[in-house]
Amino acid sequence: MDAAIVTTDLKKRYGKTTALDGVNLTVETGEIHGFLGPNGAGKSTTIRILLGLIRADAGAVTILGGDPWRDAVALHRRLAYVPGDVNLWPNLTGGEAIDLLASLRGGFDKVRRDEMVERFQLDPTRRCSAYSKGNRQKVAIVAAFASDVELYLLDEPTSGLDPLMESVFQDVVREGASDGRTVLLSSHILSEAESLCDRVSIIREGRIVETGTLDEMRHLTRTSVHVVTARLPVDLAELPGVHDLEMHVDGAAFEVDAEHFDTVLGYLTGCSVLALTSTPPTLEDLFLRHYGDELAKLNGNGNGAGGAR
Amino acid sequence: MTAWTGTWRLARLALRRDRIMLPVWIVGITLLTWAGVQGVASAYASEAERAAGASFAAANSATRIFDGPASGTDIGSMAMVETMGKLAIYVALMSGQAIIRHTRREEETGRAELVGASVVGRYARLTAALAVAVGASLVLGACVAAVVAANDLPWAGSLLAGATITGVGICFAGIAAVAAQIATTQRGSNAIVGAALGLAFVLRATGDALGTIADGGVRVVSAWPSWLSPIGWAQQVRAFDQDNWGVVALFGALAVVLVAVAYALTSRRDLGAGMVRERSGPASAPAALLSPFGLAWRLQRMQLLAWGCAAACWSAPLGALGDSANDMADASAQLKQLLEAIAPGASMVDLYFAYVMGLLGIVAAAYTVQALLRMRTEEATGRLEPLLSSAVGRRRWLASHAVIAAAGSVVVLLVSGVSGAIGYWAVTGDLGGAVGVIGAATVYVPAVLVVGAFVITAFALAPRWAPAIAWFALAAVLTVSQFGDTFDLPQWALNVSPFTHIPLVPARALTLGPLFWLVGAAAALVALSFAAFRRRDLAIAA
Repeated sequence: MDAAIVTTDLKKRYGKTTALDGVNLTVETGEIHGFLGPNGAGKSTTIRILLGLIRADAGAVTILGGDPWRDAVALHRRLAYVPGDVNLWPNLTGGEAIDLLASLRGGFDKVRRDEMVERFQLDPTRRCSAYSKGNRQKVAIVAAFASDVELYLLDEPTSGLDPLMESVFQDVVREGASDGRTVLLSSHILSEAESLCDRVSIIREGRIVETGTLDEMRHLTRTSVHVVTARLPVDLAELPGVHDLEMHVDGAAFEVDAEHFDTVLGYLTGCSVLALTSTPPTLEDLFLRHYGDELAKLNGNGNGAGGAR
Repeated sequence: MTAWTGTWRLARLALRRDRIMLPVWIVGITLLTWAGVQGVASAYASEAERAAGASFAAANSATRIFDGPASGTDIGSMAMVETMGKLAIYVALMSGQAIIRHTRREEETGRAELVGASVVGRYARLTAALAVAVGASLVLGACVAAVVAANDLPWAGSLLAGATITGVGICFAGIAAVAAQIATTQRGSNAIVGAALGLAFVLRATGDALGTIADGGVRVVSAWPSWLSPIGWAQQVRAFDQDNWGVVALFGALAVVLVAVAYALTSRRDLGAGMVRERSGPASAPAALLSPFGLAWRLQRMQLLAWGCAAACWSAPLGALGDSANDMADASAQLKQLLEAIAPGASMVDLYFAYVMGLLGIVAAAYTVQALLRMRTEEATGRLEPLLSSAVGRRRWLASHAVIAAAGSVVVLLVSGVSGAIGYWAVTGDLGGAVGVIGAATVYVPAVLVVGAFVITAFALAPRWAPAIAWFALAAVLTVSQFGDTFDLPQWALNVSPFTHIPLVPARALTLGPLFWLVGAAAALVALSFAAFRRRDLAIAA
């Protein structure tokens, strides 16, 4: 099956600032694709180019097999968009705004719309001017998922939602993504991406620095292990791929590179394992691998790679 | 910590935020005062002209409604009759908006919550806003007194004129302070102040229209409704004529009562809440809303209604005045000269309508500019983004706003023409002349369309600059048509304004050539804009 979204070497500058510096993003049809990065990394700019709202300076974009700049209207009938910062018309009610946005996309399911309003506990009779950020976000989410489309572009859709609504949102996205529909979910909430996404792409300073399934990405990084053994595993430090080793009186805690995991396990078995917990890297660990230096800089210590000042 | 802790800091913050806005208001109103007094002084050079002008103003119901009660033949008092009603409205807007800007708007945006969580007393915000508005009114009063006196008028009357301006400002600060407690939004509060201002104007106009002529026909004794209105008081002060200092006390008394009410309300309500409950609306949209055009109409309709009403309210009395154009011209050599310069040899009534509808044409263009700049607001606030991400094409969206603005402009011009015609017809019974008035207004349609097309072009090519460019263009058009001759502008500069090319019916014959050219120019600009808007990025954050 063709990919739903393919961008090749996408570039966009605003004056002297480079927003996108060669974005290569591929989203396969039928997957929930996480698009991760902190504020200002280029997520919203990329999504606006995918929507044909702004035009890339260089590079190619194909979305649902078309060119978003040239075929905007035809493509928009087949997709739904939730902006990160939802602004609504103050003198319309929430219900009116939902109907407006959903029907301008070309028809929507009234029953599904009412059911969504119910699930998100939204009062559709209130004026948009009286809505909080979270409620405005719900309006855009309900309008998007009331339409039957092939592709959902969600730009930090949950930034104003409470944890309860966040879980409703995750259910809605999972339902929406069944039947071969595609979701591009931009986020900086890593737990959300971790629980929803089939694949993720991490963007940094206008470039995709990592892309793949979580499993694939986990292979590229270390697993933390905590082990209790009958005999102390004194030779651990000698083994290849072992890092941050801490010896305890009854065992050890360390991290190990994925490709050496097997060797290390073999050695530990020889020491009579009594208990072992191994924690695969979380998305946060993966993410911080790419942003660790920046974090170090922000925290004011020079320990991160390249973070010294 | 008392209920007033932090007032001084908040007042300084408010002054800092208003450092452009308030000086512009104060300088603007001061200049208008100066120009008004100058105009009266130069229009009525001799005692005989003043007597004629004052009896005209006293006898004519339209001037009584628009200006106020005639108050004798002194230059100063005549200047006050002509200017005080308008100045009172301006100072009321200045001071009322300042109050709401620093109270209800702060609550609506949530900034008040941020500030209120720090060491700030319950009454601090309202007190700071009142201090700023009252201070601005005092400064303005002093400036007004100074420029009035600078026209060789006695200090006693000048000081009274200044005190009157300050008094109106303080009264409307009080009204706005109460309004800010009642409505939950800035818009709502401003609407209450606007309604109070409208009521004050109508009461005064009614009282003056029903008044009786006294003292040999140069004075009007107003009926009781005038005494119910702060704007009415501003004129009953009758500076330079009777110098009724006692009336100034009325301003003080009303302001004290209103401020006390505002404090009482503010201590009885929660932050962010109002006195009226928020109304809920329909849970789903009517079919008429569900198109780009339907949405644009929903966004634009109240604005069109407001401009239409304003045009009607302004044009009808001007139309009623048409019959007395000859008397007016006889009373003022300056006006006669101004009108005859338009088209020598035409009748005074025709010249008058050509002149008046020229002004109302620019009013219609102001509506056009405001209506079209709504597009930029939609884009800048990010509300356009989800629309254009749906199956709405850019051309369709642009067209829906452009069509409403164009049709609305035609409606505003027609309303101006028809209500002016009704006013003229009601006074004279001259149906043919009345139809001519409608023609005098509608002939400006092509000029207004060119202004609109220019605004759309600015929006399509330079979105971030569109509001500044559009308002500057309107100011330029106004300057050319009002002061082109006074400033002796070169012909090419006059030609830049589309209004220069409109044939001045009914004073001159209707020539269609220039109208076709203007419509053609508008069409070309619109075509260019549509092409340009299709090609540009959305400029979302301002």
